[in-house]
Amino acid sequence: MPAVEVNHIVKSYADKAVVNDLSFSVAQGEIFGLIGPNGAGKTTTIRMMMDIIKADSGEVTILGEKLSEASKNKLGYMPEERGLYRKLRVIDSIIYLSSLKGMDRKSATEKANELLSQTGMLANKRKKIEELSKGMGQIIQFIVTIIHDPQLVIMDEPFAGLDPVNTELLKGMFADLRNQGKAVILSTHQMNQVEELCDRILMINNGQAVLYGDLSEIKARYRGNSVLLDCKGELGEIPGVTDKRTRKGYTELTLDGEATPQQVLERLVSRGMLINRFEIATPSLNEIFLEVAGKNHG
Amino acid sequence: MDKALLIFRHEFLHTIKRTGFIILTLALPVLALLAIGVFQLISGIAKPPTEVTRIGYVDEAGGFDQFATQGNITLVRFDTPEAATQSLIKKDINEYFVIPPDYISAGIINRYTVQKEVTPPSATATAIKNFLSSNLLAGKVPATTVARIEAPLNLVTTTLTATGNVATEQGGLGNLVVPGVFGLLLALAIIFSSTYLLQGLGEEKENRLIEILLSSVSTRQLITGKVLGIGAAGLAQVVVWVVSIPFLLNLASSSIGGFISTIQIPANFLVLGVTYFILGYLLFAVLSAGVAAISTTVREGQGLASIFTLFAIAPFWFFSLLLAFPNSPIWVVFSIFPFSAPVLVMLRLGMTGVPAWQLTVSMAVLVLSIVGGLLLAAKLLRTYILMYGKRPNLGEIIRNLRSG
Repeated sequence: MPAVEVNHIVKSYADKAVVNDLSFSVAQGEIFGLIGPNGAGKTTTIRMMMDIIKADSGEVTILGEKLSEASKNKLGYMPEERGLYRKLRVIDSIIYLSSLKGMDRKSATEKANELLSQTGMLANKRKKIEELSKGMGQIIQFIVTIIHDPQLVIMDEPFAGLDPVNTELLKGMFADLRNQGKAVILSTHQMNQVEELCDRILMINNGQAVLYGDLSEIKARYRGNSVLLDCKGELGEIPGVTDKRTRKGYTELTLDGEATPQQVLERLVSRGMLINRFEIATPSLNEIFLEVAGKNHG
Repeated sequence: MDKALLIFRHEFLHTIKRTGFIILTLALPVLALLAIGVFQLISGIAKPPTEVTRIGYVDEAGGFDQFATQGNITLVRFDTPEAATQSLIKKDINEYFVIPPDYISAGIINRYTVQKEVTPPSATATAIKNFLSSNLLAGKVPATTVARIEAPLNLVTTTLTATGNVATEQGGLGNLVVPGVFGLLLALAIIFSSTYLLQGLGEEKENRLIEILLSSVSTRQLITGKVLGIGAAGLAQVVVWVVSIPFLLNLASSSIGGFISTIQIPANFLVLGVTYFILGYLLFAVLSAGVAAISTTVREGQGLASIFTLFAIAPFWFFSLLLAFPNSPIWVVFSIFPFSAPVLVMLRLGMTGVPAWQLTVSMAVLVLSIVGGLLLAAKLLRTYILMYGKRPNLGEIIRNLRSG
């Protein structure tokens, strides 16, 4: 049973389609990247999944059923814009918001202490939210999102405003969630974070899906016919190589349609060259996005 | 526990712990205590004089030589105005007056004093008036008639029922006290609770917490929990005020005297008062929730909400007209109009008998307005709570409500 199944959802405001016939599914035990530029329709898609706003048409099933009051307890959601009760103490905020997810006070307190300790925030538990830094507030928000042990966690721009230490902390916790069999949806426009964390992605632009599937397969699909080489000695003419471009610390070799990277590597080795690095050039997600978005605009 | 109940508990506790709420709850009894203290202090300072006041007079008309003692005031006769003036300068007398020869035809009395005044003290005026009338009537009518002329009216009104029996509910100022206080408290509770609700929802919208809440609960649960939680806090505030009233009245009784004994609670008022209180609060609360949904900031919401809270306090602006004509068709219409009905009906209950049909229609309209308001607020909340930055205009709201 997939954690999320979205079928042909549409949402328009003032006759402008913000999300247009979007379909995808997210499996349990995977980190799924919902990516796209600002204004692509990511947040609207998430709000429809969370039943915060109604889709004009289409259907969303969460953990095999339509979202209900009961199934909301199985979800954890961290919206893009962070907010907590500024005048409430950290521990009281966590307990109240977790009670709305069906937790009783005792287990919420125990789990809150555990997570505060894990994130190094235990010393701040009696502080008011307004006394915390922005980053600390985000950590508390993250705790609120996962404290009730949700089956599906949806994070909208989770790394925005976080320092490198807290970013690493969050990444580690995402990995833990995946290892526990939870489904995690990361919505972000930071492609590098997605490349590092996600198993599969859905790239949307102008409310429509432009890329969807396994991240490594997508990258392979957009892989060019070139290799990156760092070696000692003069390269000279290499059969099967049509172009050589010197970059900082390496050379990019463009292969002709016949040659394979393996053949080129064998030819270099047979010349007795000392090779420090030989890598099949793979475009970054950002480069793929720019290419796809460029095609769509064209 | 139901999530609406959790929100109710959170909102109630959160509200009653607010510094502003605590100050406001205590402020009313404390201010009343202060007022009683100040009243008693002034009363103590300004006790009716026990010393005899001496007022001089010059009788140029003739025949004013009896009844020189009028309560604590002694009237001292002088032969000439000059002699009276000398006595005034020496402070033998406090003031004097001259009865001119044509007093009977003209009725003018000339008074002389060293005090600068706005009007003559009432005790002095009464003493002079009684001195003059007593002398004018002396020997012509019996003394008891003179006394009655000086105090001609003590109007005692008895209200009868339609069958001619003495009504259990009698009118009078004392009858208006409890409904008036309830009306005032309702108006205050409406204003303050609406403010808390607006602030709460407005802050949650401003800091985007609303999105987290709506990922856990429905809009219906959110509004229900908030309206009832903050409403219960408002009710607790009113209970504190109401409970403090007997204590304050007891304290004030020595100052206000017999007035307290005239206070009556109109028949059925407790049932009707509490009913209108709850209906009135619920109506304004659901409307506040709707206003919060379409407002971009707390301040903007408060500005919008003040438009309809004005209706709640409007009956107090027209209090004197209401007192004079409590059954005017205008008040009947506004007793049915839902925004003004709760406070207006309470005030009218203390002034007159409000017919059963008016109460029935008014309550029915209120209930329908609350249900409609709740549906509207839920719809507005769902449509606009996640729209930030720009408040929708009326046309957009109507379009969205129709399309949705």
